[in-house]
Amino acid sequence: MITWIKQINWGKTAIIGTPWLWLSLFFLLPFLFILKISLSEAALMQPPYLPFIRGVEDGLVTIAINLSNYSLVFEDPLYVNALINSIEIAGVSTVLALIIGYPMAYAIAKAPQHWRLPLLMLIILPFWTSFLIRVYAWIGILKNNGLINNSLMSLGVIDQPLEILYTPTAVYIGIVYSYLPFVILPLYATLIRMDDSLLEAASDLGCKPWKQFLTITLPLSMPGIVAGGMLVFIPVMGEFVIPDLLGGPNSLMLGKLMWTEFFSNKDWPVASALAAVLLLVLIVPFVLWQHYERRQEENAE
Amino acid sequence: MRKNRFPLLMTILVFGYAFLYGPILSLIIYSFNESRLVTVWGGWSTKWYGELLQNQAILDAAALSLKIAAISATFAVILGTLAALALVRFKRFKGRYLLDIMVAAPLVMPEVILGLSLLLLFVAMEDVLGWPDGRGQTTIVIAHMTFAMAYVTVVVRSRIAHLDQSLEEAAMDLGAKPLKVFFSITLPIIAPALMAGWLLAFTLSLDDLVVASFVSGPGATTLPMVVYSSVRLGVSPQINALATLIVVLVTIAVAIAGYVMYRQEKLRQLEMNSK
Repeated sequence: MITWIKQINWGKTAIIGTPWLWLSLFFLLPFLFILKISLSEAALMQPPYLPFIRGVEDGLVTIAINLSNYSLVFEDPLYVNALINSIEIAGVSTVLALIIGYPMAYAIAKAPQHWRLPLLMLIILPFWTSFLIRVYAWIGILKNNGLINNSLMSLGVIDQPLEILYTPTAVYIGIVYSYLPFVILPLYATLIRMDDSLLEAASDLGCKPWKQFLTITLPLSMPGIVAGGMLVFIPVMGEFVIPDLLGGPNSLMLGKLMWTEFFSNKDWPVASALAAVLLLVLIVPFVLWQHYERRQEENAE
Repeated sequence: MRKNRFPLLMTILVFGYAFLYGPILSLIIYSFNESRLVTVWGGWSTKWYGELLQNQAILDAAALSLKIAAISATFAVILGTLAALALVRFKRFKGRYLLDIMVAAPLVMPEVILGLSLLLLFVAMEDVLGWPDGRGQTTIVIAHMTFAMAYVTVVVRSRIAHLDQSLEEAAMDLGAKPLKVFFSITLPIIAPALMAGWLLAFTLSLDDLVVASFVSGPGATTLPMVVYSSVRLGVSPQINALATLIVVLVTIAVAIAGYVMYRQEKLRQLEMNSK
């Protein structure tokens, strides 16, 4: 099979080369800079770190590699707690998003066919509107004199406003809300591809509906669960806006800490070391996710 | 059995959509609130919209954001389409695996890391090459192009993968040159995906706060940055009005795009059936 694309001699190089070069330059190379600067020493100058090569003295090149930023990140309780906190918040929100998203994806997949597309569009639509504004909307709802507290108090359910905003609960609500479409879409994609005859066979053989779900539907939708989970877990690990706007001082996460080190403390090497550690933590789930994606693609072909 | 489950599924959906749309609806309603206290209802009013249109800082930032979004979306579509073509049409080439990873990674990479790493690159480039000279519009556009092209690639890739190649082959058998085939056959067929990709890239750029904050300079303040700093100072009714305008505009744009794509798909199916 010959396609037009293979007939242009320079075409293949240009088509592959352009995105490849762009991404190497503006996506891959920057990570090397993170690595480099995380090994430098902080300094009060512009840019605020010392170069590796400290000049040539007596014919010897002095190279200064500084690991203290990393030992700081792994020893100072501030950073260690932020790392643990990030993993905990990302993990719990991923599970919550899956618990809420799974039934929704299932319901859409089981809806009559002409309903499915509009229902999916309604899931995607909020994603198109500003993320910042959707998070901001929750401030008005969760505040002490916000929508929830005002309604509950006027109904006489509570006398004292519930403290929700600036607590971890608010962070969980914000994250689950913002990332819900990311779990529903991959889950829907796997559920819709599922062969219903397996369920029919099981029910012919007398299998109860809930058991059918646990032994057939759930295992078969695993690729969707993994893909959706990763699409929440990985970005939430570095989430900055939601904990900053909805969370209190106790919900310190790596993303926020990096931001502070970078902008307020102007300590670029420590910020870079934090970024490098965060990347390291994320590489494992990312590779897992890629693996599942690949397998899903192969199954689909 | 099916009939019994239906009410349960409906209930799940109703609650799910209420969760998704409740906060947005409350923003819209409170944007028409007369009272300055955002949560106390003081009667209907459009005064916050009037004040919003007088707020020069917000208007300037909105204009800058729209400009950056339009430029970066256009280039992201070009780069993303090339990447999609490379990945679908060339099964084997050196660095394919790496390209595959580099295209997928920005989809999930935390924004703080993207922003920080790009800033470090720009600082180093300025040091060595003298370019970019300071940070601002150009650096934001480059950053937005880079993460938006990943989304464009995903959208365009699936369209190209499902494209019926016999049309291209027929054109070539009739003697059409490769570029002619691309512009008169391939491009029109994948146009809806390019449009969807462009819109996606446009809204992603318009929405981005974190990456832009890292790579922008003192001269370039985008709309999310203005919103963010005013939200941190407290809830403001003007921001409710702005949010409502954004929601309405986006809904209209998505509805038009959806309608156009639906029409094209219908036409295509009709043509297929009539053959």
